[in-house]
Amino acid sequence: MEISVTVNGVTHTGDVEPRTLLVQYIREHVGLTGTNIGCDTSSCGACSVHLNGEAVKSCTVLAVQADGQQITTIEGLAADDGTLHPMQQAFMENHGLQCGYCTPGMVMAATSLLKENPNPSEHDVRIGLEGNLCRCTGYHNIVQSVLAAATK
Amino acid sequence: MIPAAFDYVRAGSAEEAISLIGQHGDEAKFLAGGHSLLPLMKLRLAQPTVLVDIGRVTDLSYIRDAGDHVAIGALTRHMDVENSSLLRTDVPLLAHAASHVGDPQVRHRGTIGGSIAHADPASDLPATTLALGATYVVQGPNGTREIAAGDFYQGFLTSSLAADEMLTEIRVPKMNGAGWSFQKFNRRAQDWAIVGVAAWRRNGDSGVALVNMGSTPVLAASVSSALAGGASIEDAAQQAAAEADPQADLNASVEYRTHLAKVLVKRALSEASS
Repeated sequence: MEISVTVNGVTHTGDVEPRTLLVQYIREHVGLTGTNIGCDTSSCGACSVHLNGEAVKSCTVLAVQADGQQITTIEGLAADDGTLHPMQQAFMENHGLQCGYCTPGMVMAATSLLKENPNPSEHDVRIGLEGNLCRCTGYHNIVQSVLAAATK
Repeated sequence: MIPAAFDYVRAGSAEEAISLIGQHGDEAKFLAGGHSLLPLMKLRLAQPTVLVDIGRVTDLSYIRDAGDHVAIGALTRHMDVENSSLLRTDVPLLAHAASHVGDPQVRHRGTIGGSIAHADPASDLPATTLALGATYVVQGPNGTREIAAGDFYQGFLTSSLAADEMLTEIRVPKMNGAGWSFQKFNRRAQDWAIVGVAAWRRNGDSGVALVNMGSTPVLAASVSSALAGGASIEDAAQQAAAEADPQADLNASVEYRTHLAKVLVKRALSEASS
């Protein structure tokens, strides 16, 4: 089936099998590999991207469902001149990552969270990121990073 | 994991979706948010040969004041149920329960109709709407009919929806002034409930339903009867599992589930009575 998906502002048109997952489409068809596949069962959140501005788990969305929609991945957050998004900057400054595998998904979930709740409490951040797992268990600094980004 | 191959068709309206599902027969499935169906397809636990995508039937996404009840379109997402000011005022138990479904990413995609039609006894909204005495409106090739939540759940992942019928609306009685509580016991934040309880009380009436305490969501009618007969919360909660038929799994034995149901019903009734 031919689909047309706008990823980070660029529209990609091409044929996909209906069973193609959005994460597979982003990584293998569009060629953006910043979005990681973790559990592949919609538990871990590593594959989180924005679909029309809201965080979704791209392992549990079909590429055909994203036909005609807007996708933002981790590659689409920084400015064109390379200036990091405030959330990326906050993760860097607050040591919000250890191995880094969950980080793209964490950042995408966190930016979606701040859109819905610009002034979250620490509790709000912890509940808001419940769909994202960090197997380094580095949650403390991730939460600090999101709280720091909320003040920028 | 990639699902087995299937054909994909997109419906623009409920009528078109019902016609498409009728053409393709038993091997076709409706796809709404996909957060119950796609995981099953990836694990090959479901292998439909045709998916009829109803995700763009946007006129089935609404929350309306309908006098004595609130009418919710089947394609309304959990996040919209959770954040609805109308529901927060008139049926706060449902808005609150929706906020406990999965995690934010799941709630951005999953729909109330999809959750109910999937009829998973471990899901939060089937039991919650059962406790609330909701009515489901379903549409088929010959028109619409209403099914009481109490008549809808037939068995594990099985409802009284016919193969060519589609759930279109959920009607939930307004519960202004009722005390309510939603208890969800699990070991990890985003998991399904090991046992859950949705409960409300108002002027001597009550509704209590259990999550994951049998092959269907369970209405704990004995608890409500006991309360109506003047029993204390502690005594009524002892009846929590009277209608239940819990199964053992990796998380809990039958005995533990039964114990949890009594404890959680007691907590729910205490919160709903305060």
